[in-house]
Amino acid sequence: MSIILTETEAKALLTKIIGFSKADECIVNIVGERRGNIRYARNEVSTSGALTNKNIAVTSAFGNKVGTATIDEFDDASLEKVVRRAEELARLAPENPEYEGLVEPQKYMKANGFFDSTAGINPDKRAEKVAQSLELCRDEKLVGAGFLEDQYGYTAIMNSKGLFAYYASSNVNFSLTVRTEDGKGSGYVAKGYSDFDKLNTVSATKTALQKAKASASAQAIEPGKYTVILEATAATVLLENIFFGMDARSADEGRSFFSKPGGKTKLGEKIVDEAVTFYSDPAHPELPSSPWSGEGLPQEKLKWIDKGVVKNLAYSIFWAKKKGIKPVPFPNNMIMEGGKSSLEEMIKSTKRGILVTKLWYIRPVDPQTLLLTGLTRDGTFYIEDGKIKHPIKNLRFNESPIIMLNNLETLGISERVVSTESNQNYMIPPMKIREFTFSSLSDAV
Amino acid sequence: MKRRNFLQLSGMGLGAAMLPNIPIMGNTVSYEALLNGSMDVAVKKRLADAALNAAKSKGASYTDIRIGRYLNQFVVTREDKVQNIVNTESYGVGVRVIADGCWGFAAVVDAKSEADTARAAEEAVAIAKANARLLKEPVVLAPQKGFGEVSWKTPIVKNAFEVPIQEKVDLLLGVNDAAMKNGANYMNSVLFLVNEQKYFASSDGSYIDQDIHRTWPIFNVTCIDPKSGKFETRNALSAPMGMGYEYLQTNPKDKISGITTRYNKGYDMLEDAISAAQQAKAKLSAKSVEAGKYDLVLDPSHLWLTIHESVGHPLELDRVLGYEANFAGTSFATLDKWESKNFNYGSKEVTLFADKTQVGSLGAVGWDDEGVNTKKWDLVKDGTLVNYQAIRDQAHIIGEKESHGCCYADSWSSVQFQRMANVSLAPGKTPLSVEEMIKDVKKGIYIIGDGSFSIDQQRYNFQFGGQLYYEIKDGKIGEMLKDVAYQSNTQEFWNSCTKVCDDRDYRLGGSFFDGKGQPSQSSAVSHGSSTARFDGVNVINTARKI
Repeated sequence: MSIILTETEAKALLTKIIGFSKADECIVNIVGERRGNIRYARNEVSTSGALTNKNIAVTSAFGNKVGTATIDEFDDASLEKVVRRAEELARLAPENPEYEGLVEPQKYMKANGFFDSTAGINPDKRAEKVAQSLELCRDEKLVGAGFLEDQYGYTAIMNSKGLFAYYASSNVNFSLTVRTEDGKGSGYVAKGYSDFDKLNTVSATKTALQKAKASASAQAIEPGKYTVILEATAATVLLENIFFGMDARSADEGRSFFSKPGGKTKLGEKIVDEAVTFYSDPAHPELPSSPWSGEGLPQEKLKWIDKGVVKNLAYSIFWAKKKGIKPVPFPNNMIMEGGKSSLEEMIKSTKRGILVTKLWYIRPVDPQTLLLTGLTRDGTFYIEDGKIKHPIKNLRFNESPIIMLNNLETLGISERVVSTESNQNYMIPPMKIREFTFSSLSDAV
Repeated sequence: MKRRNFLQLSGMGLGAAMLPNIPIMGNTVSYEALLNGSMDVAVKKRLADAALNAAKSKGASYTDIRIGRYLNQFVVTREDKVQNIVNTESYGVGVRVIADGCWGFAAVVDAKSEADTARAAEEAVAIAKANARLLKEPVVLAPQKGFGEVSWKTPIVKNAFEVPIQEKVDLLLGVNDAAMKNGANYMNSVLFLVNEQKYFASSDGSYIDQDIHRTWPIFNVTCIDPKSGKFETRNALSAPMGMGYEYLQTNPKDKISGITTRYNKGYDMLEDAISAAQQAKAKLSAKSVEAGKYDLVLDPSHLWLTIHESVGHPLELDRVLGYEANFAGTSFATLDKWESKNFNYGSKEVTLFADKTQVGSLGAVGWDDEGVNTKKWDLVKDGTLVNYQAIRDQAHIIGEKESHGCCYADSWSSVQFQRMANVSLAPGKTPLSVEEMIKDVKKGIYIIGDGSFSIDQQRYNFQFGGQLYYEIKDGKIGEMLKDVAYQSNTQEFWNSCTKVCDDRDYRLGGSFFDGKGQPSQSSAVSHGSSTARFDGVNVINTARKI
């Protein structure tokens, strides 16, 4: 049997597995994938590889006693064995008062995240894309270190109430850091696509080359509060910390940024500038994602923050029932609505400020205020009278993305971007922010 | 550290964000399945030979194969409930080759026949040959003798996977109950167990079978002030250890008394949970720190992370050379500084060593993941930079004839590469207790436990927080502080080290989740130290109003 099953093959296999079940309830998840990558550094390929992976997970329940077992083998004897194992484990498990049973059959949106172009990559094609990047680095006498990774596969789910869902997807991420030979300049680029044909390693490499050259021989400036223009790559790693915190239960329990005194939450409250809108949408053409959650709940187009106001938090099935509302699964993608301004226009309208192209080592400092720390990296520039004046040394910041989005001045055009912290893809615009807090200087290049 | 993976795969939802960082690698499996299923060594040898032969016949000049079975068990609880018991098992093989001077790697899940392992070997050679066209400098591998058929096992007393689930559940629920009775509003606790069953074979003639065990009990206490809506947390002062369930058997000789009890090779989880609840509550009304310069007294439960980030990472040779430039970064500790033989990494008090053999540490193994036997070596000697951490394809660059033995892959599906050894601060040679150290501090802060951490990509500028902060005034420990973080520069910081307590105070800290590489891999590593003093460090106040 091939690793990547079609929808019909997956349905037949799942039906067979559910047929072995003797439990009150049964849910089965399948995954199959192929991955490949090339890594290079010092203008040479270093490590590279390929991975084939497949797995079945069966969860069985007797009342609210639940057990899960998984297996990598797909022959009939193994399929029955994994179901029996899950049932044995469920019988032995302690009562789980938070188990809320299976999801009824659902209707899902259409979302297409699978591209033959990505599934058709072989070692030669991968090497060819990287060769184009390496040649440019070598020609310019700059030092490139990059990574190209592609993946395609499918996930499918069926439960004993008749719910079935299938989603095939593909993804390619490319990133590159270019440094000058003397180590005084460094530039970065990252691109993520579902469709391999959209990846242009030549133009991406040129972006990193340009930043490496322009960032050489940086000057020190005093830390303090500055107007900053964050390129999308930089903004993303701050904003995703808001998304990670959008859990209703933590908010209700009083232990999240979204909590308010007296057991209330910030749902319905304006927390950031009214230009800020975040939504999820499985059918987004640039950022398709699975239209169902791990337990089979439908993912719909949903606003999380609308014109600065918190519209939704994620509710697990258990927590939603406790609160008497519909469950809201944590989304599979996130899109921030952009504005119209180009990066050049944002620079032109800045009297004195800093252009930040990338941020690094983001860590929470205080969950109550979502205060984060981290540093600029791979190209930071001083802006004066609407022009980039000179590169500057990297700076450490201590800033909350909430405070930052209250000091929002301008939004650029939303673009697909890869988080350099979590490797997740998002749609995020570049943005101009007033009074961003830098606390110290770094000698790192 | 790959927290996101754990959140996605465990299905625990975002509530798990309140837990310490714990990713899951592998697939869930029944408890019974964890205890059987080990493959016979003779079968592994046959699978390995099939791959070695297949690669050679396709033109590989070097081949290694790792046959891995990786087991994890998590017992996850909150307050009076068991949230999840997850057993994961992951089995597969990874084959690495050099062909036409270039590395190639391929991994296959559930490879149980000679045809499977041979196919992985052939795919690895095909990848190596495709990429060799891009290569200008072929790989140079330090010679390594084969060891024949050998084995190694973590010296555990009690296999944690054999302890009944009920006993673990009772322990965690008891710990949670104690915290709740002592003022906690919420309490999450997790027991995290790891067993790596790794078989390595190479064309050098090694067939190495290893059984590696790790244990990590953790918790997170939250206390809330309902009026202000402010909340504070306190995490466990446990350490992840290369030990079995015996780490959870408490013994008075493993306790270090003081302002709060700290632990060495035996952890009293119940006692620590009670202290944690009381301390999280006390934090709510603790004094917010006044920013400025302080002498810091850093407990080993805190200092391990500063050692990890500011010494362990910059002295990894792959970073120094630029192999990690696109992700984890490079290093300020460049080859010219090492060649000068007089680069002052720290003060004369500072000796830092790498060690892959220390009993109880996370990094301890008999052989690394490219068949090199492990050892101990100095990185910084009496303040001077003397060496790096290097593996077989790097040793020639620093003029060494053999690898240091610190190559690791986090799964059969990941390619092995240079990873951090246990890097530790040597204890002071003159007898000195923590009390004696504090007696001399006029204006200082005593920090216990690890907290927020961030460092730049060349490892100069860093910022660290902790779990507990106490003011030191005129030689005495004063009141509890909060909103504390210190910022410094690596060389400046280690040169401000004026005293290190003696070996009576030496303890290990560490993490299961040191992240590096693309695709990103996690590695488990310990860092030992005694309490140490650093003078005139810049402390910032992290409180904000929204």
